[in-house]
Amino acid sequence: MDWIDLLITLLKAVVVVVIVMTISGYSVVGERKVSSWVQGRVGPNRTTIPLLGSIPVIGKLLTRWGIFQLPADGAKFLFKEEPLPDHVNKFYYNLAPIISFLPPMIILTVLPFGQYVKDGVSSAVALTQTDVGILFVMAVSSLGVYGLILAGWAANSKFPFLGGIRASSQMISYELCIGLSLLPVFMWTGGTLDLFAVVQAQGGVLFGESFGLPKWFIFSQPLSALLYLVALFAETNRLPFDMPESETDLVGGFHTEYGAFKFGLFFVGEYAHMAIGSALFSIIFLGGWSIPFLPLSAYPEGILGAVLSVLVLAAKTIFLIFFYMWIRWTLPRFRYDQVMNLGWKILLPLAVANLVAYAIVMAFMPGL
Amino acid sequence: MAIKVLDRKPLSLAERTYLPQIISGLGITLRNMLKPPVTLQYPEEKPVIPKGYRGVPTLVKDPNGREKCVSCQLCEFVCPPKAIRITPGEIADPENPHVEKAPKDFELNMLRCIYCGLCEEVCPEEAIVLQDLYSLNSEAREEIVLHKDKLYELGGTLPDKHFKWDKKKKAAEDAASGDSH
Repeated sequence: MDWIDLLITLLKAVVVVVIVMTISGYSVVGERKVSSWVQGRVGPNRTTIPLLGSIPVIGKLLTRWGIFQLPADGAKFLFKEEPLPDHVNKFYYNLAPIISFLPPMIILTVLPFGQYVKDGVSSAVALTQTDVGILFVMAVSSLGVYGLILAGWAANSKFPFLGGIRASSQMISYELCIGLSLLPVFMWTGGTLDLFAVVQAQGGVLFGESFGLPKWFIFSQPLSALLYLVALFAETNRLPFDMPESETDLVGGFHTEYGAFKFGLFFVGEYAHMAIGSALFSIIFLGGWSIPFLPLSAYPEGILGAVLSVLVLAAKTIFLIFFYMWIRWTLPRFRYDQVMNLGWKILLPLAVANLVAYAIVMAFMPGL
Repeated sequence: MAIKVLDRKPLSLAERTYLPQIISGLGITLRNMLKPPVTLQYPEEKPVIPKGYRGVPTLVKDPNGREKCVSCQLCEFVCPPKAIRITPGEIADPENPHVEKAPKDFELNMLRCIYCGLCEEVCPEEAIVLQDLYSLNSEAREEIVLHKDKLYELGGTLPDKHFKWDKKKKAAEDAASGDSH
């Protein structure tokens, strides 16, 4: 590989990371906005940047939408005093936020963001396209829990420790369900684990024109989609499954002893996890960049089609991030034993039954 | 009264999955999201103060612009947190010869005041009134201790049907002209 190729790859990676970080940063602002809308409030609408905020119409509007809240929050985290409690294990205490932040960034490397068509041959807009796609994603995303466990353990006090334990047990219970709920999808696509191929399989219409559903896996495999969605909520520690954090009974859970920028890393890491999870769900179940009822070949060739496809995927992802927040304000949080019951006694058997049922169906109807 | 036996149905399968409930819950939160906010943008929008609101106690003047307070010190004695301190004084106002007394200084310590309104209730002259001022703040503690001039400035003039000093003046004049009842 030439050094120019290397530079281009590096540049692409930086662009992707910057975009995803911006999305996950702004989902923090979005969370505050959505929360306040649900509660009949206005949300952050005053933070402003001196020169930008005084541009006649746009400045006012951006201030009202809370666009400047993110830099303000980020700057606040940067300038705060960085506390390092005496009783912590310093090495792991510092390592934990980084570890919990890294997996979403690593998953980014294999996610396809759109398709690029050239001379009738479509390829993925992605940093790398690997055959092991989903395997890699699942392997790396389950590493995220190590950050939480390490944080809970290194903080060397009781509430974070409980949070860490809960994080690990929750992750183990729901990791199984994630794997089992995804298997039927990849059986359906003919055994490939490539995420790009999964999207390719979802263009067009399900069961012929008359049936009137997009050929998305959420319609052909609704139960898999539901199980995956629930497990995804648990994986990303979002309410109603916020066991590791559970600020109602564990102070702040695993990040009780953290402050300033390290806490900010956990925080943004959680939202990055959400963003990546949403992107994955859109890719696997919501047809990725496929527009309902249109075949994937409807995208024009070249850069225009690529940009369009990326935008469609982004729209679906952002809707799902919104859905996370929507659910947060709809459902009360579970008790710890309820989380375990749901995971082991309901979701896991359902996932197994779902897998077996689809296996039988596919075995007897090979042309599906 | 007849006993009505209710049929306690077991949960249906749909109910046990919670999914229909979750979906209707999502509907409720969505409707809430689309409603306009109920909050006030405070410094720009001020709340409507209801009638009978107990704000900062203030001293008021009668429609002729005279002080109503006669420094009887009832409010000082009734004040539970002892926020009021009155220095009584005579006044020799040639314009209003019948006004006998007024406070030389009326000190109202708003750091102590609990807005109970007992001063207003006890005042025989209706001179101290808790009006609609709810936001009293300053950078110095001394400025929160209100004195007479500030209290009259905050209080202004309230409509008054009594015209006590006018009646007293009339009575004195009648007495002087020998027309006694």
